[in-house]
Amino acid sequence: MMSDDKRFQNRAKLKKDKPKPSLPHTKKAGGNFNDKFRAYLALHAHALFFSLGRLLKTPFTSVMTIVVLAIALASASGFYLLLQNAEQLTGNLEVSNQISLFLKPTVDDLTGRKLADKIQQNPEVKEVKLITKEQALAEFRDFSGFGEAIKNLDENPLPTVVQVLPKNALEETEDVQKLVAELAHLPEVDIAQIDMQWVRRLQSMLELAHSGMVILNFVFGFAILFIMGNTIRLELEGRRDEVLIAKLVGATYAFIQRPFLYTGFWLGFFAGSMAWVMVTAVMLILKNPIERLSGLYEGAYQVTFLGFLESISLLSIAAALGILGAWIVLHYQLRQIKPD
Amino acid sequence: MLIFDQVGKRYPDVGDVLHEVSFHLQRGEMAFLTGHSGAGKSTILKLIAIMEYCSRGHILLEGKNLNRAQERHIPYIRRKLGLIFQDYKLLHDRTVFDNIALPLVICGYGHQEIARRVRAALDKVGLLGKEKKYPLSLSAGEQQRVGIARAVVNKPALILADEPTGSLDPELAAEVMHLFEQFQQVGVTVLIATHDIGLIRRMGHRVLKLDHGRLIVS
Repeated sequence: MMSDDKRFQNRAKLKKDKPKPSLPHTKKAGGNFNDKFRAYLALHAHALFFSLGRLLKTPFTSVMTIVVLAIALASASGFYLLLQNAEQLTGNLEVSNQISLFLKPTVDDLTGRKLADKIQQNPEVKEVKLITKEQALAEFRDFSGFGEAIKNLDENPLPTVVQVLPKNALEETEDVQKLVAELAHLPEVDIAQIDMQWVRRLQSMLELAHSGMVILNFVFGFAILFIMGNTIRLELEGRRDEVLIAKLVGATYAFIQRPFLYTGFWLGFFAGSMAWVMVTAVMLILKNPIERLSGLYEGAYQVTFLGFLESISLLSIAAALGILGAWIVLHYQLRQIKPD
Repeated sequence: MLIFDQVGKRYPDVGDVLHEVSFHLQRGEMAFLTGHSGAGKSTILKLIAIMEYCSRGHILLEGKNLNRAQERHIPYIRRKLGLIFQDYKLLHDRTVFDNIALPLVICGYGHQEIARRVRAALDKVGLLGKEKKYPLSLSAGEQQRVGIARAVVNKPALILADEPTGSLDPELAAEVMHLFEQFQQVGVTVLIATHDIGLIRRMGHRVLKLDHGRLIVS
């Protein structure tokens, strides 16, 4: 290795030889592209682990921040998952505009048959089906589980039912509403209702909840940005001297920012992971009760967990929010740090 | 190398701290910047390092007008300078090696090159073997020499030192000054702000004397 003295002497000699010397310091570091690229990657790797080391040095502060962020993320993704499950619940149900006409108890099956034929003439109607009192009772006995109790009844309490399928069976239009109103006015009819209307209502409610979730998730996103920004600001304040010295020896903003951005990344990443664990734990706790409940209703309901893509999204969004929050603060605060 | 042309600096609250200062520092020259405290020594150094912009006149470093330096170019201009401070400005949670390596890391040098240069700089300031120590475990003189090593490790064209011997005893101060002379001898330009008149007289270099923001001896 050449001694520093000798190198300085060589440099001096170089100056004597040339009238206008180009100083060595003006050369770009590293030399060829490969070396520079490797040095650049090394800088990133260094910043990545350096910022991780920083977080580990103050475990209490780091954990507190991560837990707060994780709760925000878990709330957002938990709400999302809740909706997914609810949508799955209604998604399986086929929605149609089938109308049920419950005839008055005094109306017998024969009158019901005539009425059904009459309704069939209506151009708005596609199909009509009659359920006689006997059929209704049989069905009820088979499916309700009250078979024994029904045997003890003196007479059949169930009404005759006419099921009407309108022409446009799938879309809910004014025509269908009009038809329902028309049918409800028939003297034989006690109650007229669209069977699946409750599903439609539930679906609209879920749609509303969905919009609510989107808004709420944006709010949570902002909260995370602010928490992250504040954390990075404190970190920056604590490392003021370091930033100042780095600036004075010629560090670019990119260089100074890098470890802080990685801190944002780590905080986001850990918070995302913790949120995933929280959500999954809650779902695991709820899984059995929900499925037992579903079993009681003869349903085969499967609880939905965060899928692979959703989990990756959660982590990516958390890390991205971390980096973004850090970047916003650095963008404004770094320029404020100046030598006194 | 460095030209001050009718440079004035005014702070909003304080008023003028520099009045029409003009001087020219040749390449490889060593000069002392002196004057009572508050005469504007530090301000001149701050202007060269672009920690401040001057209010009037022009400062040219290697022919480039510092007034017109864009913010994104400032880091690259600073890399041509070796800054030395009275309070050393070392990072106490990093080893001597890491402190000195900082300018090289910033410039993106590879590991081997960094290790080689840091050791050369340590050798130069006589601290070889202390690279794994932390600054606070060193004496004041040693800490200042770490500061000097950090300033020269990137082979700057111009060394700026603000009261480098301010907190050192006379013997250590003379040693540090001798170190600066060695850098000058290999072609580095050196500008040292100090009020240690005795030391300046003994060394016999050019003296720029400031009095209330005016250059009275050049």
